Amino acid sequence: MFKKVVVTGIGATTPLGGDSKTTWQNLLAGNSGISTLTQDWVSKYELPVTFAGQAKTPAREVLTLQEGKRLDPSSQFALIAAREAWADAGSPDVAPERLAVDYATGIGGVWTLLDAYDVLKERGPRRVLPMTVPMLMPNGPAAAIGMEISARAGVRTAVSACASGTEAIANAFNRIRNGEVDVVVAGGSEAAIHPLPIASFAAMQALSKRNDAPERASRPYDVDRDGFVMSEGGGALVLESEEHALARGAKIYAEVVGSSVTSDAYHITAPDPEGSAAARAMLSAIEQSGSTIEDVVHINAHATSTPVGDIAEYTALKRVFGDYLPKIAVSATKSSTGHLLGGAGAIEAIFTILALHERTAPPTINLDNLDPAIELDVVTSPRKLAGSNILAISNSFGFGGHNAVVAFRSTN
Amino acid sequence: MALSAAEVLTGLSEIVTDETGIATEAIQLDKSFTDDLDIDSISMMTIVVNAEDKFNVKIPDEEVKNLLTVGDAVNYITKAQG
Repeated sequence: MFKKVVVTGIGATTPLGGDSKTTWQNLLAGNSGISTLTQDWVSKYELPVTFAGQAKTPAREVLTLQEGKRLDPSSQFALIAAREAWADAGSPDVAPERLAVDYATGIGGVWTLLDAYDVLKERGPRRVLPMTVPMLMPNGPAAAIGMEISARAGVRTAVSACASGTEAIANAFNRIRNGEVDVVVAGGSEAAIHPLPIASFAAMQALSKRNDAPERASRPYDVDRDGFVMSEGGGALVLESEEHALARGAKIYAEVVGSSVTSDAYHITAPDPEGSAAARAMLSAIEQSGSTIEDVVHINAHATSTPVGDIAEYTALKRVFGDYLPKIAVSATKSSTGHLLGGAGAIEAIFTILALHERTAPPTINLDNLDPAIELDVVTSPRKLAGSNILAISNSFGFGGHNAVVAFRSTN
Repeated sequence: MALSAAEVLTGLSEIVTDETGIATEAIQLDKSFTDDLDIDSISMMTIVVNAEDKFNVKIPDEEVKNLLTVGDAVNYITKAQG
């Protein structure tokens, strides 16, 4: 007997805002979180890309001195998002043995790792900070959250590049659905706006090079898109069995009704152009929800603004939804937020949940000329979503051929 | 030019405050790093390394466990300068 799973808390820190509410308001207003980088290393290394989506509220402004020193920025974002989500859920009274964390990152503590290596080379081993390894490990963000809320039913970290955040939510959903735990804090974060990842992504021609107009650079589905925009931040959800949430009178944003993780086994970075595994992930998540494709009214697409990726996802969407596809309101919110990599799935799950809860699909900005090869109903200004028991899905795909999809249903 | 014990205390207090956020005036000679100031071994190692740089002294790892109070550290550093 499976448990129903609901969302009772949300939290985020993103290029659009230091909390989920500000982020959502700026998203609905069609604002961009992308700006020119002013750090000295941009010119020092003559980086070919000079902009990114930096967290609107610097983490150190809201954390203690010790948290600022002992946590990698990826863990700092995680903790900020998780604290907001946990408070938003009303700090659930749950036995630690029934409380878990599924919190992801795509890359881990890249700032800590590379800074420490510089220190080692320039000043020797004794100057390497003792906390370097626990700060750089990719399970650091999950562990920080676990200690914060005293979660003793397991603290886990999905690592699947840009699918990580969604995979973590899928993992959390399944644990509650199977009755293993009552409450899970789930999501993902990333803090990789560092010259090395920028140089690497730029070298593989994955990043937009629209240096003269950064706020216009992330333009999913636009015919002139030229790559994704790196961003940082994190998102967290409190997932809970419906039984547990109702017993304590918690407010419920939406129900998590399905999830699926599949893999392309095709290429380490390129998506399978046939989109068959991505399509299977969407279909499985919808099937698990007990619904049909015609129940889906909204999709938060992965849509990173790369020429190849947007087409591959569209191909997968066509496989799943066929003639029904033009009836679905599709939002590509990376147009505003940029791409939070391992954090993307978490903040996009929040957007999907809020779209259902507030019956408003958020806009896709910078869509001046829809790519003629993409026949989608892309939402370009906030759009009302009608009906009850409506379904929405959030897609995430990552290097390595990872596909992760989560399906949500409205409850209000 | 070796610093006086009072000057070492001032310099060490700055390092401790920078690492932990503890108010400088709370950092006094008779205070225990662990029991009074609640400084753990990880912060202690960072303080030791920063003190080595600041005062140009060597504080061997096996010596650190003997530095129980702020006064112990001030005495060790003051002598080690010479």
